[in-house]
Amino acid sequence: MSEVIVITSGKGGVGKTTTTANLGAGLAKLGKKTVLIDTDIGLRNLDVVLGLENRIVYHLVDVIEGNCRIKQALIKDKRYNNLFLLPSAQTRDKTAVNPQQMKELIRQLKEEFDYVLLDCPAGIEQGFQNAIAGAGRAIVVTTPEVSAVRDADRVIGLLEAMGMERCDLIINRLRVDMIRRGDMMSVEDVVDILGIDLIGAVPDDENIVISTNQGEPVVGNHTKAGQAFYNICERILGQDVPLMDLTAKRSFFVRFTGLLRRS
Amino acid sequence: MRLFRLFSRKKSKSIAKERLKVLLISDRVDCSPEMMEMIKNDLIRVISKYLEIDEKETDIQIKQSVAKNQKCGGASLFAKIPIKTVRGQPASPR
Repeated sequence: MSEVIVITSGKGGVGKTTTTANLGAGLAKLGKKTVLIDTDIGLRNLDVVLGLENRIVYHLVDVIEGNCRIKQALIKDKRYNNLFLLPSAQTRDKTAVNPQQMKELIRQLKEEFDYVLLDCPAGIEQGFQNAIAGAGRAIVVTTPEVSAVRDADRVIGLLEAMGMERCDLIINRLRVDMIRRGDMMSVEDVVDILGIDLIGAVPDDENIVISTNQGEPVVGNHTKAGQAFYNICERILGQDVPLMDLTAKRSFFVRFTGLLRRS
Repeated sequence: MRLFRLFSRKKSKSIAKERLKVLLISDRVDCSPEMMEMIKNDLIRVISKYLEIDEKETDIQIKQSVAKNQKCGGASLFAKIPIKTVRGQPASPR
C-alpha cells in the first residue's frame, strides 16, 4: 500500500528540502519505489539538492496543464534505482496549480509508487494548501528555535484542522554542545511544547553543507546526519529504531583507532 | 567577574521555553490575553456559586494535549482553581 507524506514546517530555512531529499533517497535505498514532488512553484530547489538540475525537461505545471505525460516529467535518479523526482516550475507561481489538481496527480502516482513525498513551500498560503491536499500523513520539520517552533505549532494546528491523519515531528540542527550548556532547547523541550510524536532528531552537521554543495544526499553514509536520516526512513517503514544518542562522545579507544586508520 | 556572570546568567534555553509557552497560548486559539482574563473571571463567577475558591491563585492556560484518539496534538484548556471550602450543598429536590 502506498503512502503519501508531506514534509512541511511553516518557517523557511529549517531543512525541509534537505529532509525530503534524504528521506526519499533513504526510502529508495530501503527498496521502496519513491517519488519526490517539489511543490514550491517559482522557487524550485529540490532538484539542486539532489544534483538533478541539469536533467529537467518538463515540470509539475507541465504535467498539471497536460503539456506532457507524468512519465515524461519524472527524472530517474541514477544513484538510487527506486528514486524519482517530479521537479517544480521555476518561471510560474503558486496559482498555476490548485489542490484538486494535486489530489488527482497524487492519485495517479500512488498506483505506481510505494511512497510519494511532497516538499512543501514555506508559509501557509496556497502553496501549502496545494502540498497538503493529497497527503495522508505529515512530517513537520523544526529547529530548536523560538520562531521555528512557533511556526511549527501553527502548521500542526492547521494540519489537525484539515483532518490530517498523522503528524510526526523531526527536530533538525540540534547542537549537543549548546544543549549541554543550556543555551539550546533539547529534543524533550521541543516535543513537550509541540505535543506530537517525534520521528527523528537530526544533529547540526557540516556534512549537510558539503553534500548540498555536491548535490549528494547524506542518508545512510557515515555522517551523524546521514545516520539520523536513515533511522527516520526505517521508522517511516514502521520499524522500531531507538533514537540515536547525540550526546555520545567518541571514546578514547574509538578515536585512537580512527587515528591509526587515517595514518 | 566573568566567572560570576557565567554562574548567575539565566540559561537562554529557559528563556526560550518561557517565551514560547506564552506565545503559543494566544497563537493556538487566536485568543488575546484580555479574552483569557474574561474567561477566567467568568469561570470564577460560576464556580463561586458552589465552592469558595482562591481567586488570586486561580490560573487558566491553553496547552497542547496529546489525546489518545488524536494523532495530531489538540489544544485544551487547563484551569487551576484552588478550593478553600465547599459551600453548604442545596438540598436536592425529591
